[in-house]
Amino acid sequence: MSTATTPTLDKEPAADAQGPAPDPDRRSAEPAQDGLAARLAANPKWLVIGFAVLVVLVSAVVTGDGSWPGGWTADIRTPLEDLDNWLVDNRDSHWLFLYFLLHISNAAEGGVDAIVGLFDSLGWVGVTVIGTLIAWAAGGADRSRRAVRTGATALAVFAVCGILDMWAPTMETLALMVVAVILAGLLGLLLGLASGLSDRFEKLLRPVFDTMQVMPAFAYLLPLLLIFGVGVPSALIATVIYAAPPMARLTSLGLRGADPVALEAARSLGASPWQRLYTAKLPLARKQMMLGLNQTIMMCLSMVVLASLIGGGGLGDEIYQALGKLDIGTALTAGVAVVLVAVLLDRTTSAAGERLDASQTATEPAGMAKVRAAVWGGIVVLLAVFAAVGSALWESEWPEGWTVSWGQPINDAVNWFTDHLGSGIPLVGGTVTWAEGFTEFILNPLRSGLLATPWWALMLLVAVVGWFVGTWRASLTGCVGLALIGAMGLWDRSMDTLSQVLGALVLTVIVGLIVGIVSARVERAERVLRPVLDTMQTMPQFVYLIPVIALVGLSRTAGIIAAVIYAAPAVIRITTQALRGVDPAAMEASKSLGATGKQQLFQVQLPLARKALLVGVNQGVVLVLSMVVIAGLIGGGALGYDVVQGLSKGNLAQGLPSGIAIVCLGIMLDRISQPAVRSRKGS
Amino acid sequence: MNSKRIRNTAIAGVGVLGALALTAGCGAADTQSSGTDKVVLAEPSWVGASANAAVVSKLMADEMDVKVDVQQMDEPVAFDALDSGKADAILEDWHGVPKKQKKYVEDKKTVVSGGDLGVVGHIGWFVPKYYADKHPDVTDYKNLNKYYKDFRTSESGDLGHFMGAAPSYSQHDKGLIKNFGLKFKHVPSGTEAAQLKEMQRLYKAKKPFLAYWWEPQWMNNDIEMVEVKLPKYTPGCEIPEEKAKCGYETNQLEKFLNKDFSENGGAAAEFLKNFKWSTEDQNEVAQMIAGDGMKPEKAAEKWIKENKSTWEKWIPEDA
Repeated sequence: MSTATTPTLDKEPAADAQGPAPDPDRRSAEPAQDGLAARLAANPKWLVIGFAVLVVLVSAVVTGDGSWPGGWTADIRTPLEDLDNWLVDNRDSHWLFLYFLLHISNAAEGGVDAIVGLFDSLGWVGVTVIGTLIAWAAGGADRSRRAVRTGATALAVFAVCGILDMWAPTMETLALMVVAVILAGLLGLLLGLASGLSDRFEKLLRPVFDTMQVMPAFAYLLPLLLIFGVGVPSALIATVIYAAPPMARLTSLGLRGADPVALEAARSLGASPWQRLYTAKLPLARKQMMLGLNQTIMMCLSMVVLASLIGGGGLGDEIYQALGKLDIGTALTAGVAVVLVAVLLDRTTSAAGERLDASQTATEPAGMAKVRAAVWGGIVVLLAVFAAVGSALWESEWPEGWTVSWGQPINDAVNWFTDHLGSGIPLVGGTVTWAEGFTEFILNPLRSGLLATPWWALMLLVAVVGWFVGTWRASLTGCVGLALIGAMGLWDRSMDTLSQVLGALVLTVIVGLIVGIVSARVERAERVLRPVLDTMQTMPQFVYLIPVIALVGLSRTAGIIAAVIYAAPAVIRITTQALRGVDPAAMEASKSLGATGKQQLFQVQLPLARKALLVGVNQGVVLVLSMVVIAGLIGGGALGYDVVQGLSKGNLAQGLPSGIAIVCLGIMLDRISQPAVRSRKGS
Repeated sequence: MNSKRIRNTAIAGVGVLGALALTAGCGAADTQSSGTDKVVLAEPSWVGASANAAVVSKLMADEMDVKVDVQQMDEPVAFDALDSGKADAILEDWHGVPKKQKKYVEDKKTVVSGGDLGVVGHIGWFVPKYYADKHPDVTDYKNLNKYYKDFRTSESGDLGHFMGAAPSYSQHDKGLIKNFGLKFKHVPSGTEAAQLKEMQRLYKAKKPFLAYWWEPQWMNNDIEMVEVKLPKYTPGCEIPEEKAKCGYETNQLEKFLNKDFSENGGAAAEFLKNFKWSTEDQNEVAQMIAGDGMKPEKAAEKWIKENKSTWEKWIPEDA
């Protein structure tokens, strides 16, 4: 995608964090140049953290069992089971459903059905022609490079989806996505307006958005499933909830960041508040809003497979079923179609955004606006004509003779790879051997260590780290999160999950930093990496989950690898950007002092880019966490598996607490790895 | 300044409320969401179910001109969908959700049985044949502790590794391992696909493994598994799981219909009630789909062409 940012990278970077912020992750902490003692003496914070670590280690060895005291747990199963039963009994009779929730559900279903029906009656020619025209018009409806390129991209996407024999599911997914993007965009816009214009709403909504960011979508699929039942509405609503926050956040940011001079000018010209909003604030915030929309689209697309788990249909279904037959080729093909739909929506909206920007600054030939209006009018007329007669003129689906099947060759290739990399390599063993080593020597000790650590020692560590990295609020939030986990009786399972998350995080940071450094220093590496990273982020994780099993076995390692693949691109990008952003003067100065490339990297670039790198680590935390549930699908066990089981058995009492526990872990890790963002408020 | 803030808050509030009100509309909503023009089948995520659905929808479309919509959903969710009318029929139920079945069939009476599918399902504990040949007495659960060391992996640590089922499948293995005092650790598979891939990998490497496994299963054509005997199943012996001390029921897989559809569904409902084929029939189609990589529609078409005598009697006379 053309976005340089990641789907969830809409947190403001902690540019004005105060004071040196220690890395939350001790293992990957510091370039070890000065001795430990010197560092401790120079910075008492390290002393305190060191003390907390010591307490953890000693108490773990002494007590050897860290379980949350049994008496301090609350019974949440019974009330949840009651709620579950109540929902099932009243779903079609209670007023709350009849007069409110079912309207939403029916409207959602109706909207998607209408668009699917429209695509059907347009036929494949109609969809392709109109889709291409819309993209071209969004790009400017002229012969400029942008307009032509956008139109060509759309044409290519439709053609490739057809040739790959994915036409019908692609249309279903596209219909769901169009409705989801429109709804998520509107909802985000409304919330963004509210929090951009009113401080009170801002205060109210900010923690909500913050929580949404670390909340894995699986966690709220289950309640939605119980309320709306299986099918398109649940899928649609889950997607909208998941994807709306970036739009809201960036709209609010744009409104608040509007140039005060321009606003003052508008005010002095006697503009009313509404006029100021329309003529000054909104146009000034447009760039941010387009970025928000862009991210919203990416996040919608990342829900395609999840949505199919609760009846969303489309490409996600295709992937899920293909994997049930171990048919990686077909799953990959459907995955490619998902990526292509993402490309289509992303390029079209970003071209529209660019055009709006350009038409604002550059002077256009007169009459272009009229031409554009005429083009849009033409599209509408054509749409009506095709919808009326399209089904009579051509098939509704891509002609079968024009398809190419490349499922089998892919299957053969994947099998060859997995057979030969699994264990056959002399000397270094194979991926299976490595994975077993990783489990045995890193994951297992980490898990036993966490389980042996008494809960109070762990809380102390979280509190201390949170205090120093962020604020007292961060440390309090972290502790409350842990306490909640304990109270729900999920301490042991959560520690299991935490050990996996930490393992994945370390790998993500290592891979991210190394690749990021390389691509910051070697121009060509970045160019090669870019499309790879884009694909890694939009390709549904399910597609590569099963081949990963063939490489490393059904184990926690498989889940961790999937998490690293998903989270590393963000860290790589942020690292590259951060290193590139280092003041050229400092680089030049160090060079003239005779520093070698290595010295430059370790003594100038990395220290100067540290704050941005920490943002990268924080992003890594958030993204790794969002994969916990996915990892549960391929042997991750623990909380992720519980959520999946709760979801597939429709068991609220099992799924919801586990989901909440994941959220608690997420908030805890997010807070203690987020360098004092809130300090901005004080200044 | 303050008044401006209040006004802004008010404007924003009205906006949000307005949006909510718009969606709420007025009047009671329609609770049955699926129309009557097409039949909605719930299809679980395994291949045998694809075979059922493919053959049924092909026959209904070609012979009876009934439109069929197949929606993928797992067993528990499918029961909810039958209750709400979002789906009309489940073709293959493994009795994996007794609670929901009781609630909807006996208490709420919104779901009715559609008779047996004809396919016999069997769940159990299995080891690969190459291992059972070497250690013939492993096929009794009482001897598993003798061999647990062979089954150790990095996931199970000092215990043997028991490959558990996907989350939505009926299972009480954890209880069994505990109650029999077996030195095994239950390691669940997150999805059927994950379990299949792992078994394929281990089988290729000729490694020993103990797994929750079942028939009919298309992969049984590629790998040979031997069952480990568990105590015989008696009704209710696995409930609650903490006290389970028996194996699994050999299941006559059952069909379930939404009650409304069953009564007013006409020929379509009649056809679904008549639909009954053997394990071999289903395996034949499943193998075409999963083993030979055919599309479900093509596989169904082939089977329909060759087995007219079987399916002829499913079509109701008035259709």
